[in-house]
Amino acid sequence: MRFLQPRTLEEALELKTQAPEAVPLAGGTDLMVELNFDRRRPEAIMDLTQVAELRQWRRDDGELVIGSGMTYTRLLAELDRELPGLAIASRTVGSPQIRNRGTLGGNLGTASAAGDALPPLVAAGASIEVASRQGSRTLAITDFLVGAKRNALEPDELITAIRVPVARGPQQFSKIGSRNAMVIAVCSFALNLNPQARQVGTGIGSAGPVTVRAAAAEGFLQDALEEGRLWESHAEIPDSASVRFAELVAEAASPIDDVRGTASYRRRALTVMGRRTLAWAWGEYRGL
Amino acid sequence: MNLSLRVNGAEQEALGVWEGESLLYVLRERLGFPGSKNACEQGECGSCSVYLDGELVCACLVLAAQAQGRAVITIEGLAEGDELHPIQKAFLESGAVQCGFCTPGLIVATHELLERNPSPSDAQIREALAGNLCRCTGYEKILDAVRQAARARSA
Repeated sequence: MRFLQPRTLEEALELKTQAPEAVPLAGGTDLMVELNFDRRRPEAIMDLTQVAELRQWRRDDGELVIGSGMTYTRLLAELDRELPGLAIASRTVGSPQIRNRGTLGGNLGTASAAGDALPPLVAAGASIEVASRQGSRTLAITDFLVGAKRNALEPDELITAIRVPVARGPQQFSKIGSRNAMVIAVCSFALNLNPQARQVGTGIGSAGPVTVRAAAAEGFLQDALEEGRLWESHAEIPDSASVRFAELVAEAASPIDDVRGTASYRRRALTVMGRRTLAWAWGEYRGL
Repeated sequence: MNLSLRVNGAEQEALGVWEGESLLYVLRERLGFPGSKNACEQGECGSCSVYLDGELVCACLVLAAQAQGRAVITIEGLAEGDELHPIQKAFLESGAVQCGFCTPGLIVATHELLERNPSPSDAQIREALAGNLCRCTGYEKILDAVRQAARARSA
């Protein structure tokens, strides 16, 4: 096994061209488990923690461009106001030790459907910047996540940044697990309300091979809010609309039975989380 | 590969390290710091909690090569010679130690908590120690120990 430790992004991309087999390593919360348990023996590992460019973030218009090496701890300390949905999800990641090491880029690289950061990023309409020596490209997160633990990265590419629109309104996240800490999501749900654009964003985690939007639920709720003039009136959302929204959330999922839960439990949990997050977010919008 | 890093304030060198080795393995098996325990090897139990450049981490999830040139503090680095650290004393006096396997990690995590937040609430203690599993005590005595250590610190 070879150990590569680039100091700059340019060097990292050069190394990835020369050694596309090199597996990127950031906080190690996924890859080290595979190494420790002899599940994986990469020919080469590329440590990205010394690449300063990947640890920075900046504002670009109404978006934040967050380096892929951003840890959950730093995200909570530095960006919790701008990205409240992602912040709530980040607080549910592992433990303090895990949040100190785990990165947004790592969650995207592993591309597990149970990645806690993914539903809020999907709900916020994030996009992913990837680069190789040939240049860079930006993909919608839903195009980046292509399958169970699969993403759209080419072998010579690295995830460089995550572009996320700053929250324009209430954002919520809910996660089901057997306890509060150190838990892999049985399923999770993220909701993003944008009163300016009159838009609703959603993200469903751990209830299908990939993290997906509940597009029909988004459309239904947008119509219900528009037709009832609820954005203007700040009135309560009728129960019937909340219930239908939550049903559509559950219908958008494609869960399976596995060790953490059954498909029917996950569907049921999604209806509860759909209603709950909507009540929380709308309550916040109403100033309650 | 050869590694050099600072452990508990002293330069250490590990020669012939396999590139896939964890920091925990290097600390325990190559550098003679067996205080950090190897239990789950997947970041679940916190028994190997150490400071890496001032940050609380699970040593089993750090590739040893990533610690090249960096500063590690282990449980062995908290006591002053034969004098136990006040947190260690609090754990002993509160009966927070049964089999003792989780204790080093819990003490390092408690140390980190009290550095950050000298008088934590019970909820903050639970949150800070959420990544450290104990299978003996039921945690109540551990909470007592952390409260006692916080009181001793502010006294």
